[in-house]
Amino acid sequence: MDNNHYYNASDLGKFGKIADYQQPLADKFFGWYGEVFADGALTAREKSLIALAVAHAVQCPYCIDAYSSDAYEKGYNEAQMMEAVHVAAAIKGGAALVHGVQMMNKVKEIAM
Amino acid sequence: MKSLHAQGSKLADSQQQLDILAHGAATMDAFTLIPFQQKIEQIGLYPLQPTAMNIFQVNLGKMCNQVCRHCHVDAGPDRKVIMTRETMQQCLEILQLHPNFTTVDLTGGAPELNPDFRWFVDEIRKLNRHVIVRCNLTIILANKRFNDLPDYFKSHSIEVVSSLPSYTRDRTDRQRGDGVFEDSIKALQLLNSVGYGIDGTDLVLNLVYNPAGAFLPPAQQALEKEYKAALGKDFGISFNSLYTITNMPISRYLDYLLQSGNYEKYMEKLLGAFNPAAAANVMCRNTLSVGWDGYLYDCDFNQMLDLKVDCTAKHVSMFDATALANRHIVVNQHCFGCTAGAGSSCGGAVTQ
Repeated sequence: MDNNHYYNASDLGKFGKIADYQQPLADKFFGWYGEVFADGALTAREKSLIALAVAHAVQCPYCIDAYSSDAYEKGYNEAQMMEAVHVAAAIKGGAALVHGVQMMNKVKEIAM
Repeated sequence: MKSLHAQGSKLADSQQQLDILAHGAATMDAFTLIPFQQKIEQIGLYPLQPTAMNIFQVNLGKMCNQVCRHCHVDAGPDRKVIMTRETMQQCLEILQLHPNFTTVDLTGGAPELNPDFRWFVDEIRKLNRHVIVRCNLTIILANKRFNDLPDYFKSHSIEVVSSLPSYTRDRTDRQRGDGVFEDSIKALQLLNSVGYGIDGTDLVLNLVYNPAGAFLPPAQQALEKEYKAALGKDFGISFNSLYTITNMPISRYLDYLLQSGNYEKYMEKLLGAFNPAAAANVMCRNTLSVGWDGYLYDCDFNQMLDLKVDCTAKHVSMFDATALANRHIVVNQHCFGCTAGAGSSCGGAVTQ
């Protein structure tokens, strides 16, 4: 197997194996994770779309793989999913740009 | 789109499908999974046996007005094989002698295309059995002679079960063909107009969801809520229950999986989602499936793979209730489809 890269699609299926090195913490994580994504004040379906957007914001290929499937399975269509990605991108872009105000403040502070 | 049979596809041959399920598509042993038999041995379910025989499911033929991409029957307008009245008569004799079959589930193809469909339904109702018709909806609009089907169903107190893979046009038409969504909506409105799916009537209209792609169905209860909200809001349609059904990796859906490069991942997904509780509740344990030619099978999927019941009573003409009750259900790799997640059957999920 070619191991000269950091990401491998088949590793997603091995996520549960993190318990091999630390069972109690993994149990807590997966138990909590399962509850987070269950129907609650938000539906599991709504949470799936949020997860898809966040997956893009954190640029996690495993999460994008998992939640592209999950959101589509839960009935979101292509346009809805792309709009969710735009929401993530807009927040990321906005987060960079809003710091422009900080830059302006600094410049005003030091400029004559 | 033509059936695999009309295309001369090698997948029209059930043995070819079984070979792929056993060894993968490309070369011998290109892709193998743990055998289903071994998987249910591990949970003490093998040999799998019937728990009851309540549902008598009859396939009236492969003829259909639609050509759906996922069809496990490889049905279509180019398929001409249908059940004869003589075989129907043999089915009626079995029903008369065996009151344990409380429900008769009629499927196809489009069962209504069989010229003896109404005669058969009349006779079954005379025997006072509950009748389910798996109606593809569009048949109601396909020809004037079918326009009265909603009234006919109503007058015979038939339960109608119909496929609608999505409450949106796009996904429905991708799976079932252009224009199917629009006609399905019209047909559902006609069924509603005679009382089907309406609160306060006892006319049951259930819908079926199949994934339009290489993935598993979402949770049945949550999806039912979404369907009810969307179909109610957009089209004023109401219905009773939604059944989520997993696509079996056979026939045209197997062809789709292979063509789209999804076969291996899909099989791994089914295996990864194996649920022992679903395995214990599989429908073959309380259903007997009759082919258009009168042969007997454990389920409609085994029927399409030509895996006849493993006992002496292989045909309606040789019906033997004891032999059938004691038989070992024939299992193969496609059975992972019925045991994944919440499980899958002709009545939807088999676990909560």
